Amino acid sequence: MFLLHEYDIFWAFLIISSVIPILAFAISGVLAPVSEGPEKLSSYESGIEPMGDAWLQFRIRYYMFALVFVVFDVETVFLYPWAMSFDVLGVSVFIEALIFVLIPIVGSVYAWRKGALEWS
Amino acid sequence: MIIDTTEVQTINSFPTSESLKEVYGLIWIFVPILTLIIGITIGVLVIVWLEREISAAIQQRIGPEYAGPFGILQALADGTKLLFKEDLLPSRGDARLFSIGPSIVVISILLSYLVIPFGYRLVLADLSIGVSLWIAISSIAPIGLLMSGYGSNNKYSFSGGLRAVAQSISYEIPLTLCVLSISLLSNSSSTVDIVEAQSKYGFLGWNLWRQPIGFIVFIVSSLAECERLPFDLPEAEEELVAGYQTEYSGIRFGLFYLASYLNLLVSSLFVTVLYLGGWNFSIPYISVPELFGIKKIAGVFGMTIGIFITLAKAYLFLFISITTRWTLPRMRMDQLLNLGWKFLLPISLGNLLLTTSSQLVSL
Repeated sequence: MFLLHEYDIFWAFLIISSVIPILAFAISGVLAPVSEGPEKLSSYESGIEPMGDAWLQFRIRYYMFALVFVVFDVETVFLYPWAMSFDVLGVSVFIEALIFVLIPIVGSVYAWRKGALEWS
Repeated sequence: MIIDTTEVQTINSFPTSESLKEVYGLIWIFVPILTLIIGITIGVLVIVWLEREISAAIQQRIGPEYAGPFGILQALADGTKLLFKEDLLPSRGDARLFSIGPSIVVISILLSYLVIPFGYRLVLADLSIGVSLWIAISSIAPIGLLMSGYGSNNKYSFSGGLRAVAQSISYEIPLTLCVLSISLLSNSSSTVDIVEAQSKYGFLGWNLWRQPIGFIVFIVSSLAECERLPFDLPEAEEELVAGYQTEYSGIRFGLFYLASYLNLLVSSLFVTVLYLGGWNFSIPYISVPELFGIKKIAGVFGMTIGIFITLAKAYLFLFISITTRWTLPRMRMDQLLNLGWKFLLPISLGNLLLTTSSQLVSL
């Protein structure tokens, strides 16, 4: 397996921080009282009986925003290596990066015009 | 015969010394982590207390005063109370998603502390990808929020979870672009290198002066990432009761509470590191060792000064965000998304191109 020793401490930190919620649940499981009832365990809906499930269709707007997000997030991830070695690469690569940034900008202008960034 | 016995001895002693070394290695990995976690916990308790006291001062109340001197132990008392409270699982919800959600949020935010330097060489792991690691890990938290919102099977929770995710991903991009301009200025993603690049000329060398637009965009986006007022739409109590936390009680709610303050602390620490010169003393022409007549800043003294300066800057930013909470009204959802997508995103892109051009001129 491909392992980097630089990241040993990352894995150790991951293990320790995963223990924290488990420990919290365990301590609370020992200390907290249990007195359950059907009324107490029902979903909160302003004091009336819950009407149906919440697992149903939701606004498509969220999906549109997520799509635009993915485009820009991937773009910025690709820009990071360029920014790291900017002083070495010089002008020609800057122009290439500019063209690379322009493509998602054109895309986002299109999305804006089409109303993908409108909430209502 | 002599050779034989020495060989046997070496064979016998070899595994014990190796295992001892491994044990020492493990201890040396775990001690700093545990120290950091204890420090973070104390930091969060102080923030909770500060938030209560400052809110009280702004609203002309007295605030916590009974638990300990000046109510300092109030936060500790609250946390302990949550441990003793009954932990309810909604009967119609999904129990696994319901418990995993808060855990993921806490773990992912806690992991961001890995790359924060509190002083020179006082960083858990000086990774070359530093800030990108923070951005990558902090965007795992929305998944936890969505899980808890979905797992509750409650309409308020579900709307709150969706809103939290939409808000986080909208403000992620301006934040990332600002960090990108910073790492372009210092030619490195490592947090230690970024602070070192600001160490000259005291506070005049801060990235704040070279990136004023980026600083403002970063502050606004980090407030939105922390779901603080004026961006606390996921838990807007007038519309959504408590958002994705509606069904939570006991320690699971406590984990969300902890996570929100951890997130606030990590954002303010990153503001310090990226824009305010980190652990440096920051007054030009005066350096700490000269001030105290010590030639070499070394050992415990240097560390203490570094930690103190970092925390002082971070808590200054925290004070600003706490006062913002009681000053500005909440935004509407469409205003929030418009601000993120139609204002901050173009501005941060422009800021990036401006930074690049200025770097190109100075090349």
